[in-house]
Amino acid sequence: MRDYFIQGSYLAASVLFILGLRGLTRPDKARRGMQLAAAGMLFAIVGTLVSHQIVDYRWIAAGLVLGVVIGYPMGMWVPMTAMPQRIALSLTFSALAAALVGIAEYNTRLTNGEGIPAAIMAAIGIEVLLGMITVGGTLIAAGKLQEVITSRPLTYRGQNLVNALVFVAMLVLFGFLVGHPERPALFYALIALAFGFGILLVLPIGGADMPVVVALLNSYSGLASCATGFAIGNVILIISGSLDGSSGFILSVLMSKAMNRSFTNVLFGAFGSQVTGGAKSAEGLNVRSTGVEDAAVQLAYAQLVIVIPGYGMAVAQAQHQVRELAELIEARGGEVKFAVHPVAGRMPGHMNVLLAEANIPYDKLFDMDEINGDFDRADVALVIGANDVVNPAARNDKTSPIYGMPILNADHAKSVIVLKRSMAAGFAGIENELFYNPKTSMLFGDAKKSLTGLVAEVKNA
Amino acid sequence: MLLLELYVFVLAAFTGYMVISRVPSLLHTPLMAATNAISGISLVGSLIAAGSQQNRVATILGFIAVVCATSNIVGGFLITDRMLKMFRRDVPAAKRARASAAPPAAH
Repeated sequence: MRDYFIQGSYLAASVLFILGLRGLTRPDKARRGMQLAAAGMLFAIVGTLVSHQIVDYRWIAAGLVLGVVIGYPMGMWVPMTAMPQRIALSLTFSALAAALVGIAEYNTRLTNGEGIPAAIMAAIGIEVLLGMITVGGTLIAAGKLQEVITSRPLTYRGQNLVNALVFVAMLVLFGFLVGHPERPALFYALIALAFGFGILLVLPIGGADMPVVVALLNSYSGLASCATGFAIGNVILIISGSLDGSSGFILSVLMSKAMNRSFTNVLFGAFGSQVTGGAKSAEGLNVRSTGVEDAAVQLAYAQLVIVIPGYGMAVAQAQHQVRELAELIEARGGEVKFAVHPVAGRMPGHMNVLLAEANIPYDKLFDMDEINGDFDRADVALVIGANDVVNPAARNDKTSPIYGMPILNADHAKSVIVLKRSMAAGFAGIENELFYNPKTSMLFGDAKKSLTGLVAEVKNA
Repeated sequence: MLLLELYVFVLAAFTGYMVISRVPSLLHTPLMAATNAISGISLVGSLIAAGSQQNRVATILGFIAVVCATSNIVGGFLITDRMLKMFRRDVPAAKRARASAAPPAAH
């Protein structure tokens, strides 16, 4: 009877999770969908708590209370601007939980002397392997996103060789353990190696590549909890883990497509280090710099303005000024649209969240394919702290490292205004021809200050 | 049992792929937060490890896992909701929707 109740609760949870994720396909149904998913989680927890296997509730109660105490501030108080590192850190938690359950299971089977069949050992092995790689990788990613660690790629000679050796060592250990599970020392060595490998894997990856990495690690952590399900024979873990895993997988494919790069290239290419990568040098080209007044006049009399936000907007936290400017232009009869490149910012969908936070309605946010045709009739393309995603070199310079990456057609607009801190190259370290285009004017300075100035001037125009 | 689990895995991954590939890029960050919250389901395994009194190591590891998974569930669902609350349509449309709804509670 009790087993039926437990299985019933798991089944309900699985259905509710899928319905919840389906809700996310529509912004107006999304909140309700997630409430369903949360209800599903409650079913699964209650179902588990009545299980025969649980005999002592003291540690559980303490853990649940502590978890709520940590989780509540992580959910309610973390500012939207810190979202990328917040997501990375929660991936650390979920991967750590999966890995620890695997280690506990290994330990229990070993001390009880019940023996570990090869299939179970394989599941436990995959679980701790993926789990600990994710823990190491996401810790470094969170550190880079929080800028505790430099977000520049850290590279050294022979890096890929070292990584390859660690990787092979992990596989050998894993293979050996599946055949000979009763070797705890090797098991713990595998854990340490996986953790180290995660760190080594993410260290050489630059800030601009973080969307791919975070998505990929998301996929790993999902697969880790999936493997947990296999290890302890629990179906709900398999289902939720594979949902999580496929979400991460889809996102990483989308992200690397949007950069026209393969996983291997992102993981082992150390993109940002290729500063000398054959890109055109800027010598002999002129940049037209403009002032707030002139730029404001251009914006005030534009019929259609397309705003292209990038990481620079997030850094300057200028999203609220962007909204103010957009409202002013609209009040004057102009139209404002927002063009969001899939890899703008530091995680999938980063810009959308920031703009939504600033109260910009989502029917004004367009993804690349939707909006690229509109640039031809746009009077002004307003580029705010974006760089590589509008670099025409991706289209026409075969020697450029970003050649082939789909970009926003900012250069098709009648005029372009670029808000930028200085002429420093973008994260990919490549010169951007757009900045030297005769129809482009550069408005140098902090994005927030420039926008505040623009707002004041457009009001007067 | 293993074969059955593989069935479940393949079908669930397939379902996940079909559903999630239709999520618009607009909601990709909430999607990551949501799947994160859902991945807190490792709590199920953690609870058993922490509460089955197998041995000290399993209990302590299970306890840490319960803390991690619970904070992910609580934090994940809360932050997803906070984000989704921010996504709204153009003002006129939103106003109409609000007018037809019950009188709003005080903020």
